[in-house]
Amino acid sequence: MIRNRLLHAVCGRLIGMIVVMLLVVTVVFVIVRIAPGDPASVMLGPQASPAAVAALRTSWGLDRPLPVQYLLFVEQVLRGDLGQSIFLNEPVLSALAQRAEPTTFLTLFSILIAVVIALPVGILAAYKRGSAFDQVVMTVSMFAASIPTFWLGLLLIEFFAVRFHWLPASGYGGPGASLGDRLSHLILPAVTLGVASSALITRFTRASMLDVLSDDYVRTARSKGMGEMRVVLRHALKNALVPILTVIGLTVAVLIAGAVVTETVFGLPGVGSLVVSAVLRRDYPVIQGALLVLAGIYVLINFAIDMLYLLIDPRVRY
Amino acid sequence: MTDREQRTRRLDALLARKTVLIGGAVLLVIALAAALAPLLSAYSPTQLAIAQRLHPPSARHWFGTDDFGRDIFTRVLYGGRLSLTVGAAVVVVSTVLGAVLGLLVGFFRRLDAPVSRLLDAMMAFPDILLAISLVAALGPSLLNVIIALSIVYTPRLARIVRASTLVIRELPYVEAARALGVSTPRILVSHVLRGLISPILVQGTFVFAYAMLTEAALSFLGVGVSPDIPTWGTMISLGQEYMDTAPWIMLFPGCAIVLAVLSLQLIGDGLRDLLDPRLSKEI
Repeated sequence: MIRNRLLHAVCGRLIGMIVVMLLVVTVVFVIVRIAPGDPASVMLGPQASPAAVAALRTSWGLDRPLPVQYLLFVEQVLRGDLGQSIFLNEPVLSALAQRAEPTTFLTLFSILIAVVIALPVGILAAYKRGSAFDQVVMTVSMFAASIPTFWLGLLLIEFFAVRFHWLPASGYGGPGASLGDRLSHLILPAVTLGVASSALITRFTRASMLDVLSDDYVRTARSKGMGEMRVVLRHALKNALVPILTVIGLTVAVLIAGAVVTETVFGLPGVGSLVVSAVLRRDYPVIQGALLVLAGIYVLINFAIDMLYLLIDPRVRY
Repeated sequence: MTDREQRTRRLDALLARKTVLIGGAVLLVIALAAALAPLLSAYSPTQLAIAQRLHPPSARHWFGTDDFGRDIFTRVLYGGRLSLTVGAAVVVVSTVLGAVLGLLVGFFRRLDAPVSRLLDAMMAFPDILLAISLVAALGPSLLNVIIALSIVYTPRLARIVRASTLVIRELPYVEAARALGVSTPRILVSHVLRGLISPILVQGTFVFAYAMLTEAALSFLGVGVSPDIPTWGTMISLGQEYMDTAPWIMLFPGCAIVLAVLSLQLIGDGLRDLLDPRLSKEI
């Protein structure tokens, strides 16, 4: 019975995810098609003859009716073919894959920083609700969430790299750099990105813990004479973890968005800076591919969190 | 409710009112300063004065001058006009679109599944990524930045409105109106919409803040409005080259963004605590 319900829940979420993915593909198709002018003339430049443009349009299928173009596009995406970059002269997928490393490390690093700061601070703030500590935490976190990432990044570069030479200012260590060297280039960008997310996660952890700390079972645990530490960490945190996990998952999307800006500020050769240069050069296939991959990752992460819920919290198996 | 809980609650309400007032006052000062820019400064935000280039803050130039000798204080004021206009326009457009979508979806159950999935799909795109792609597709201009950001933030509002509509439609007074034979559009407008004002107001304030941050990021990346137009984002972008020798060029517009966004977040946070105690514990 329980297994059946679990299977039912998993299938439901899986179908939901597939539908959302399909809609993501549709949205991307629409975005690229509303662009004025067509990719063929962008690629060939203003001097190209109309005949050459027309030939390229035919070879890309741009002269077919929109519904046909859409089906071709979906089929192409399903095959894992994201097209060819106009400027890089390589398939979009391999361009993205080549730049995946800095972006992945950057995102992981910043989520680590954010969680390590946010969880203890948020729990303590909730536990000491209304205290001076709580108020300082709330004020600082709101302040941190108001700082534009790119500006914070520039300030950190000025302070830690230019003034004190403690950390590298930009880049990713050049070709052949050791892993340690590459990671040292990620410290400042990761802090930049981590600050805003830690603000969000702190506030959310505090809120979830407040919710749980006033629940009956916490009162019961206390009245049984259980130690405070155990009440907070074993009973309260366990139950507050589900909403906190959601926010951490959602934060990954914020981080990926932030990576677009942060990578540009720090000159990191990642997916984010690839997107920005693609936008500046109107390299539509790259924009399209990056949108698909990043939104796809977000949908997958959400799906994974949903699955995690099913494991952690039996109440979710409705 | 124990005495202690009552006291905390009263304290919370008082604090909420104070945060709204402080946030509102700061925002008002920023908006007035931006609106009255020509009266507050004798300089032009765009006219070059090479002889005055890279002057540090002084009595003549409160925030210093940039590499073209333009007065930073003046440019921050004029930049505020643009940044605030974009934020406000995005709030208005995405609120109207989000409210209409959310109401329809919340009320007509058949629309719920398809539209909700579409909103899920739209929200799968990271804010900035979707915004820069849309601006890239539409072409960089002030109007297109507003359109792009409105598309980005409409799903957020639509979701909130949908969730609230689902609650409100089951409330006794709405059911009573339906039983009395009041038409659906009328119920939507006069009964449900009234109950939605609080959540829309709260979410709208946050969207205002996010829209300003994203606009600044777009301008900074060079994919937003033209770099010739002073916005806080373009000013930071132009100033980064002189971070070492003339840090004031990028420092003051950055402070302006932080101040404006912080005041909006204070208002949003306080409003949420005041208007909707159910939501007050979230974030």
